[in-house]
Amino acid sequence: MMSELKTKEAFAQSSETIDGNIATINFGPTHPSTHGIFQNVLKVDGEKIISSEQTVGYIHRAFEKLSERRPYNQITPITDRLNYCSSPINNMGWEMTVEKLIGAEIPKRVQYMRVIIMELARIADHLICNSVIGVDAGALTSFFYPFTEREKIYELYEEICGARLTTNIGRIGGFERDFTPAFHTKLQSFLKTFPKAFEEFDSMLARNRIFMDRTKGAGPISAERALAYSFSGPNLRATGVDYDVRAMHPYSSYEDFDFIIPVGVNGDTYDRFMVRQEEIRQSVRIIEQAYKNLPEGSYKADLPDFYLPEKADVYNNMEALIYHFKIVMGETEIPPGEVYHSVEGGNGELGFYLISDGGRTPYRLQFRRPCFIYYQAYPEMISGMSISDAVLTLSSMNVIAGELDA
Amino acid sequence: MEKLNNEAILNLIQGAFPNDVLFHEEPYGLLTIEVTAAKGHEIIEWLKNHETLSVNYLTNIAAVHYPEDAGREFAVVYQLHSWKNLFRLRIKCYLPKENVSIASLVDIFPGANWMERESYDFFGVEFIGHPDMRRILNEDSMDYFPMRKEYALEDDTREDKDDRYFGRNNQ
Repeated sequence: MMSELKTKEAFAQSSETIDGNIATINFGPTHPSTHGIFQNVLKVDGEKIISSEQTVGYIHRAFEKLSERRPYNQITPITDRLNYCSSPINNMGWEMTVEKLIGAEIPKRVQYMRVIIMELARIADHLICNSVIGVDAGALTSFFYPFTEREKIYELYEEICGARLTTNIGRIGGFERDFTPAFHTKLQSFLKTFPKAFEEFDSMLARNRIFMDRTKGAGPISAERALAYSFSGPNLRATGVDYDVRAMHPYSSYEDFDFIIPVGVNGDTYDRFMVRQEEIRQSVRIIEQAYKNLPEGSYKADLPDFYLPEKADVYNNMEALIYHFKIVMGETEIPPGEVYHSVEGGNGELGFYLISDGGRTPYRLQFRRPCFIYYQAYPEMISGMSISDAVLTLSSMNVIAGELDA
Repeated sequence: MEKLNNEAILNLIQGAFPNDVLFHEEPYGLLTIEVTAAKGHEIIEWLKNHETLSVNYLTNIAAVHYPEDAGREFAVVYQLHSWKNLFRLRIKCYLPKENVSIASLVDIFPGANWMERESYDFFGVEFIGHPDMRRILNEDSMDYFPMRKEYALEDDTREDKDDRYFGRNNQ
């Protein structure tokens, strides 16, 4: 293992050139493993990357501008399309931001339900990222194994909101309905079978000689540089910094749960992989705790101004009809204010900076998108690496085009 | 260690920069201070190197456009975070529309690079000293700054659609 690290380091430091010519390679725009549209223009000397420059913005959809014209409840579907591998976290992050702005009190049951869904989303997100690292290292089998499990998570989303990828899950103030009996059955069976299936996946890569040789020392970054670049999430933790929004600024009752924040040492591809693997195990622990202690109570907060009333009430009850009309027509009164709320997304601190001027739409809404911020360190991370390591580094950073370009 | 409260943080900053803290408030518990734009860079550098405060993490940079507010049409909002003391801090600098420029933070936080490019791209805020002040998400040949309030999302000349009930009107 050490010898492999040395080889990669030696490769980076050697001044040996193939023929003295620097070639320019257009890496992308379509990434071989379809993580999205990324273009990198690499300057290479033989196989060694001398410098690189990214182009971003291929799927920019002006979400921040769109948000300035939409009522608050219509912004949730926009957040789906940020990090679409874990859209429930984005949805709930946004809902919590609005709840913070209006000062809503959220029932404990809703908070626990959210924790369960957000941790399921984290598992799905990390599973995709880690299995794709396998693909980019040449191990296609490890990509298909966890898809069975991911499918089960998507079925759980379907049980709650009817959608799979772009979920638009939950509402401002809670959920549209309580967990259904089918959800309970499916979640119980998931919790029973997932750990075993996951360890099987883990055993394919985590101690695999070829995989370790490929990923150890690939695309490393030091804790100091990672902090300077405002890294967050698993990429930061892989460098050895234990920053996790769930623990530092607990939201949605995360303080009630016992979990470990795994950290790496070298900040390389292997450490990023291992941190995610351990986080999946911790997420399962959190779900088990939240499900076991799921409090009794309502699945929605008492927020008639924001939460659509039951359809039956709309037809039979004057007050409900008025609220329904007000919400749908955007007559809801939103207090003016300025709020920042962040959640631990699939790939880092996902923040919502919201300025309301009291109008029916946000005056300004900015998304702090973790992968937009850390992707700028990519040239530094792959400088001196080989092209194949650059591919691995990109997939291990979990850069999601939807979130990158917003 | 005793947790620093907002008042203590504010006192430390006001002590060091008595004339530059123009306004302060605490919306939702997050200390927000407005400082003179010329001193923004210096104050943030001071905060980062300060022994007790140790504001080591740049969370976010956002620009905001207030076309109605004469002389302070643009705001650059920095969200900072001190992990040692677990507090967040928001610093605002207002800029006039005649000279929308402010010192870049790239020398303090390399991560500010793209965040500043994004603010430039959408609002036209020039960051002086930025190594690569170009557009980032939009196309390079674009000649306007789309997040400014004068650009409505929908075409004003449309007559087939009454927009009064569907969002902010631009009259």
